[in-house]
Amino acid sequence: MIRVVLPHHLRTLARVGKEVELQVEGPTTLGSVLDALEAQYPMLRGTIRDHVTQQRRPFIRFFACGQDWSHQPPDASLPDAVVTGAEVFRIVGAMAGG
Amino acid sequence: MSSVRVLVGTRKGAFVLTSDAKRDRWDISGPHFAGWEIYHLKGSPADPNRLYASQSSGWFGQVIQRSNDGGKTWAPVGNAFAYDGVPGTHQWYDGTQHPWEFKRVWHLEPSLTDPDTVYAGAEDAALFRSSDGGQTWQELPGLRGAKGHLWQPGAGGMCLHTIILDPSNPDRMFIAISAAGAFRTDDGGQTWRPVNRGLKSEYELPDPPAEVGHCVHSLAMHRSRPGVLFMQKHWDVMRSDDAGELWHEVSGNLPSDFGFPIAVHAHEPDTIYVIPIKSDSEHYPPDGKLRVYRSRTGGNEWEALTNGLPQSDCYVNVLRNAMAVDSLDSCGVYFGTTGGQVYASADSGDTWAPIVRDLPAVLSVEVQTLP
Repeated sequence: MIRVVLPHHLRTLARVGKEVELQVEGPTTLGSVLDALEAQYPMLRGTIRDHVTQQRRPFIRFFACGQDWSHQPPDASLPDAVVTGAEVFRIVGAMAGG
Repeated sequence: MSSVRVLVGTRKGAFVLTSDAKRDRWDISGPHFAGWEIYHLKGSPADPNRLYASQSSGWFGQVIQRSNDGGKTWAPVGNAFAYDGVPGTHQWYDGTQHPWEFKRVWHLEPSLTDPDTVYAGAEDAALFRSSDGGQTWQELPGLRGAKGHLWQPGAGGMCLHTIILDPSNPDRMFIAISAAGAFRTDDGGQTWRPVNRGLKSEYELPDPPAEVGHCVHSLAMHRSRPGVLFMQKHWDVMRSDDAGELWHEVSGNLPSDFGFPIAVHAHEPDTIYVIPIKSDSEHYPPDGKLRVYRSRTGGNEWEALTNGLPQSDCYVNVLRNAMAVDSLDSCGVYFGTTGGQVYASADSGDTWAPIVRDLPAVLSVEVQTLP
């Protein structure tokens, strides 16, 4: 079970708490986790990745196990600690002033 | 007894303001979608409980929300706005060509007859239509065929911000884009052409009467007289008596003819309202006095409406989608400011009072008159 922590505004949009749990079929990669998240919560489509290009939106970041995964390709395998659910996969709205 | 529902979009959420027909006591609901920019929300003329809202964020992009119960509850619907085919390019600030990129929805215009059909005006400028209650969206690409390669963004982005459906002809629509101009279709959106003849943009364009490129800020029409259009352009208040074929200036004695919204009285097709702003460099009312100007002659002769509005030290702006009227017997007029005030007049503008004073900056105001 993959544990994903969403930023505040996506929690309210998806009407979930701070953390959601996902069942990911096949290899646990950055892309497969996002696919599973969007399948379970279709209202999140387009809010994390662009609908057409599937590129990460510019002010979204992916953190796991103290590392920044934002610039990794979709087929990058996530750490075992995320795969086992020992650590969370964080989707973060980037800091911005104002 | 009749009632009024005012739908307010702000920089930090949506608010729904309701009152009975007296319009002197208001209930405030919100913020809905707290923290998100709500560029526009509007109700279906065919089913007033069906509302659509454009919710967006620099972080999370575009969401469209729909309510089936007059704004008590909402649910997200489709947010995939894909340009038709290869989107091509338009003029960019530096004179080069720049690819079309979807940014947000500025305006939602529900069909006059079908609650499930709704049009969306987008930045970068394009028109989309949904016929399934907002679940899926299809572009009407013929619009970008109307010299789209020559359009260019204004300071606020290249936005399609106004959509007017002709109540007498379901195949005719008008839209306006900053900074491209006004456009009309007579075949239900398949093909479009610019309707900007008579506009002159001496300070903004090298060729002042150009066919496209004008910074139209908003359009208004009275449903009983759909061939007559009023326009607040960047500078100049304009009128067309032939569905946009030719425009003439009706700025008359306004203290400034720069401004953003324009509205028509619900029962008097020649009574129109604008809110003069000092200039394109100073987006606040002239002399620090917030004045609505009313013409009862379809333009040219204007009177200042000041009773109840701040007449000193006022430096707010009123944005293009932020003025609307109700259709009660004594027509109500409403507008919202970038300072977070929503002002209402229950007597066609003679007297004003704030409904609320401290909302986030107001982006849009729409009004529903309920039986």
